Amino acid sequence: MIEFLIQPWSWWFSGLVISSIMFLLLFFGKSFGFSANLRTMCSIAGAGKKVKFFDFDWKKQTWNLVFLVGAIIGGFIANQFLSPDDYAVAISENTISDLSKLGFEAPTSIQPSELFSNENAFSLKGFLILSIGGLLVGFGARYAGGCTSGHAISGISDLQIPSMIAVVGFFLGGLIMTFGIIPLIFG
Amino acid sequence: MKFIKYLLVGIVFGIVMAKSEAISWYRIQEMFRFQAFHMYGIIGTAVVLGVIGVALIKKFKLRDISGNPIVFYPKNKSIARYLIGGSIFGLGWALSGACPGPMVVNIGYGFLTFAIVLVFATVGTYLYGAIKDKLPH
Repeated sequence: MIEFLIQPWSWWFSGLVISSIMFLLLFFGKSFGFSANLRTMCSIAGAGKKVKFFDFDWKKQTWNLVFLVGAIIGGFIANQFLSPDDYAVAISENTISDLSKLGFEAPTSIQPSELFSNENAFSLKGFLILSIGGLLVGFGARYAGGCTSGHAISGISDLQIPSMIAVVGFFLGGLIMTFGIIPLIFG
Repeated sequence: MKFIKYLLVGIVFGIVMAKSEAISWYRIQEMFRFQAFHMYGIIGTAVVLGVIGVALIKKFKLRDISGNPIVFYPKNKSIARYLIGGSIFGLGWALSGACPGPMVVNIGYGFLTFAIVLVFATVGTYLYGAIKDKLPH
């Protein structure tokens, strides 16, 4: 049992759990959409006084913030109790080879230290990458009216055309970044 | 106490996102390079089960825990909004390797530098709210 928990979990199990979470939230009378929390955090910080978009009854989103806190705890549990000590993501050889041309070493953990080490985050380039990445995600998610959970999972499950268009956009942007911009940043 | 169920569901979400490596920048790069099935398997499984489940909810007019009908609201029709907004999101997703959920799971996992990504995602959301009336929707 322990060994089963400690090894990486399969894609089908993950997909099954994610759809179950969506259904549980529907059953609780809510809808699965994680990026709504970013709007809520702006409102709590007082953005509603200046910008009308943030002037809403954020208390109705408290459940979603509690879900967010749970997600942080879940990440902690996964690392502390459910992962081996020296654990590296087993990505495809082709990806390792492509990334090595950009200066990334083969994975030694779940995230590249070239991007997410403390040392890197406090260099100017490293900080700009993390902050601009975050800005684009936050701006784009709200502009598109949702993120992966709201559009790719919830919206497409309801066969909504707007969500399908949004996911096409997710990939358009992702491909431009991966093949057009990342080689310029790291090449 | 009424919020504890959301905490538990959130914990399960965080564990499964981390344990299936969906929070990994490497996995997102692998996805956008079409070099493995893994991420497509996760999202594809969730969507296929989701489509079936939502259809069943509608067919049998299921109700939620407080007895209200489960309703799905159609999103506003637009192309520009979803395509442009989605593309901006995609640029950030591929660069930071995380959409909003995985950002916070990463913080819990111990990658505290994702707090920078999360703070700026919140700033990005604020910027959208501040200039939204000037954008095509």
